[in-house]
Amino acid sequence: MPVNTSAIGKSYPPTMYAVGREKIREYALAVGETNPLHLDVAAARAAGYTDVVAPPMFVVVYSAAALGPGLFDPEVGIKFALMVHGSQEFRWGPLVVAGDEITTSFTVKDISESGGKGFYVFESVSTNQAGDTVCVGTWTNIVRGV
Amino acid sequence: MADLIPGTELPELKTTPDRFLTVRYAGASGDFNPIHIDEDFARQVGLPGRILHGLWTMAQVARAQTEAAGGPHALKALSVQFRGMGVPEAEVTVTGTVRDVTDGVALIETVATQNGIEIIRNAVAEVEIG
Repeated sequence: MPVNTSAIGKSYPPTMYAVGREKIREYALAVGETNPLHLDVAAARAAGYTDVVAPPMFVVVYSAAALGPGLFDPEVGIKFALMVHGSQEFRWGPLVVAGDEITTSFTVKDISESGGKGFYVFESVSTNQAGDTVCVGTWTNIVRGV
Repeated sequence: MADLIPGTELPELKTTPDRFLTVRYAGASGDFNPIHIDEDFARQVGLPGRILHGLWTMAQVARAQTEAAGGPHALKALSVQFRGMGVPEAEVTVTGTVRDVTDGVALIETVATQNGIEIIRNAVAEVEIG
């Protein structure tokens, strides 16, 4: 069955995430970060930041809520039982710190088929309260046997 | 801080996710997919057991770059391919090599391996230096 490409270009409502100091610490500890910028307010302030700094990969936390509507959109039609997270790219702007409010939009960039596999590519764009783009993510999910 | 010039090898990062790491990461990240936290469920869907979150492993690749470059500000981009499956209670090793430096940005080719298998491959990091 060919993939349905009608959803290419479709966007979903942006979500907002308020970045908390303890959430940054919890995430930093779970991924093994030891840099005090992520864990110690005094160290972060001494380095010129207003509060603890989120590790770059904290993008998965502040962008998570934006992803669901696209991934589960029946028009996109991903068969979850056969899906794997194939590849991932992030491109970062200014660092995110506790207290930031991050808005993330999510778009279907491409849907294609190759060798019996479906490729579903989404883009997330996350912006802070000052309007700076803090991260652009490209999420590629592969479905075997479309 | 490593001196990142073409040919430089990234300081190796080694970490062993403990038995309950996937549970802590699920809570920290919000990804509660049962293949990561429920041994029975993982086996029922044909996996050898609970598997690591790919994005946790990607965070180890990211950490290898930021530790080499002197902080989180330096990591400008990271792209990875997920292959194989990481499992708890076995050492994960991140290695990498600087391929190019242009306009103060090092291009680092990097991989994460576990039990001799590349679980993240073809990864490329862009890291600001100096």
